[in-house]
Amino acid sequence: MLLRGKAWTFGDNIDTDVIIPARYLNTSDPAELARHCMEDADREFARKVQPGDIIVGGANFGCGSSREHAPLAIKGAGVSCVIARTFARIFYRNAFNIGLPILECPAAVDGIRSGDQVEVDTASGRIKNLTTGAEFEAKPIPPFMQEIIAAGGLIEHVRRKFHLGEN
Amino acid sequence: MGMTITEKILARHAGRNRVTPGELISARVDVVLANDITAPLAIKEFRKIGVKRVFDPDRVILVPDHFVPNKDIKSAEQAKEMREFAREQGLTNYFEVGRMGIEHCLLPEQGLVGPGDVVIGADSHTCTYGAVGAFATGVGSTDLAAAMALGETWFKVPASIKFVYEGELPAWVTGKDLILYTIGDIGVEGALYQAMEFTGPAIDNLSMDGRFTMANMAIEAGAKNGIIAPDQRTVDYVRGRVKRPYEVLASDPDAAYARVITYDVTKIEPQVAFPHSPDNTRPVSAAGNVEIDQVVIGSCTNGRMEDLRLAARVLARHRVHPNVRLIIIPGTQEIYRQALDEGLLGVFVRAGAAVSTPTCGPCLGGHMGVLAAGERAVATTNRNFVGRMGHPESEVYLANPAVAAASAVLGRIAHPGEVT
Repeated sequence: MLLRGKAWTFGDNIDTDVIIPARYLNTSDPAELARHCMEDADREFARKVQPGDIIVGGANFGCGSSREHAPLAIKGAGVSCVIARTFARIFYRNAFNIGLPILECPAAVDGIRSGDQVEVDTASGRIKNLTTGAEFEAKPIPPFMQEIIAAGGLIEHVRRKFHLGEN
Repeated sequence: MGMTITEKILARHAGRNRVTPGELISARVDVVLANDITAPLAIKEFRKIGVKRVFDPDRVILVPDHFVPNKDIKSAEQAKEMREFAREQGLTNYFEVGRMGIEHCLLPEQGLVGPGDVVIGADSHTCTYGAVGAFATGVGSTDLAAAMALGETWFKVPASIKFVYEGELPAWVTGKDLILYTIGDIGVEGALYQAMEFTGPAIDNLSMDGRFTMANMAIEAGAKNGIIAPDQRTVDYVRGRVKRPYEVLASDPDAAYARVITYDVTKIEPQVAFPHSPDNTRPVSAAGNVEIDQVVIGSCTNGRMEDLRLAARVLARHRVHPNVRLIIIPGTQEIYRQALDEGLLGVFVRAGAAVSTPTCGPCLGGHMGVLAAGERAVATTNRNFVGRMGHPESEVYLANPAVAAASAVLGRIAHPGEVT
């Protein structure tokens, strides 16, 4: 999958309370969650983000609470991909499980500034900064995760295990 | 080469003789858990799978604790959805308001998690159960939905970091201080994807409540799980509670660790984590004059009997400072009852505290003590991220229950020695 969009950069340890504050967790509707995405880090983000845009975080992105509402809010806001130096482990699983592509790439994090146009090839892990021309290679997605993605997400993966076929 | 306790538990649940760090395994789970925030999403995903029943109605546990007693209409709808699912599936372990507790205080107390178990919960503080020698970790709602159907999930086997705590704890130093000190040392990503194994004489002498507090906050260092090998104290705790067979395991002497970190606990003071990160710690003596508006004593981190006794010891014969709201939340209905019988609730109420039925409430800025802009709270909870307890311009300082109680009396961050 080829993704293209404007980069929004954030620092290290962006926690899930910042991604979607608990005061909005009385719903799990992605559209409603998206309206408050990143609110406590950047009040303008949810209003200004465009479909396809890419979040670039630092180390330990998505730390803290296990709330799946965090990747859902990001996906609901139209963000096509998150690139970070490292991800917190629960967020990492959750993102794949709900179909939000995420890539670990410290070099890309160093080489992308807010507002740069970025292109990501999720299959190869190649990341291009179209503004500067720089290219980066992300860590490949582990084979086990690729299976879940190939199945169309975790729930479809489980459906297949039960041989429940297509709906 | 031997194995760590974490590796042994995972190997047994994967039907294997051994596993090594970095391996991806599929493992059987003994218990899966969700709460009123994460269950509705998990139920939605579970329905998409198309199976009719959960894998085992005794092992899928649902606890309404975050936004209950219902804080608003939307929260009421979420709690109702979970309650109806529990009835439909005939779940034996659904706990209603008035009989419930904060999930991570409740499950060990009710004997629903035991040594050697694999537990996953759609709540990051599921790692608490490492205190009884279980492998327990937080997952999202979709992972949970799959496990509700299958009774299994996949894991990457974590490498382990061994922490050795040498020496005897000084006065007013608790499990909370050991874990805050540790997180302050290694940082909030210091144990990313790894197991934190707590060992040493200070852990041997630590109460079960103190051990729960330590394992609970392993996630704040990015860890997959925190774990303490069961000893006699653990066996005494689980005996009579855990009705299922359980297995007491220990790490082999020649097990491989990513790191071994040793601390001399005699040099550790009560700790305070300053805003806005649990690793921003300093000793309470170096806190300076930080005036506060609210104190919260409770949560899955510090809402147990020992915590309430510690707070009562400090609050006895004192009044809450005129500028402070002190909110005390026993972790479970059983703890609430015991605190009542021991006279602790009387101490709290006479001191001018608000005492609540069990709820996660203020810890995550849900209800029962949300902060306004510019307000500061000392809390025995686990996170002090931006906006965690309310307004993004409010501040949370994490501490043990004695420091929290002393701070409530003096209206500023204080050492318990200053008031007793």
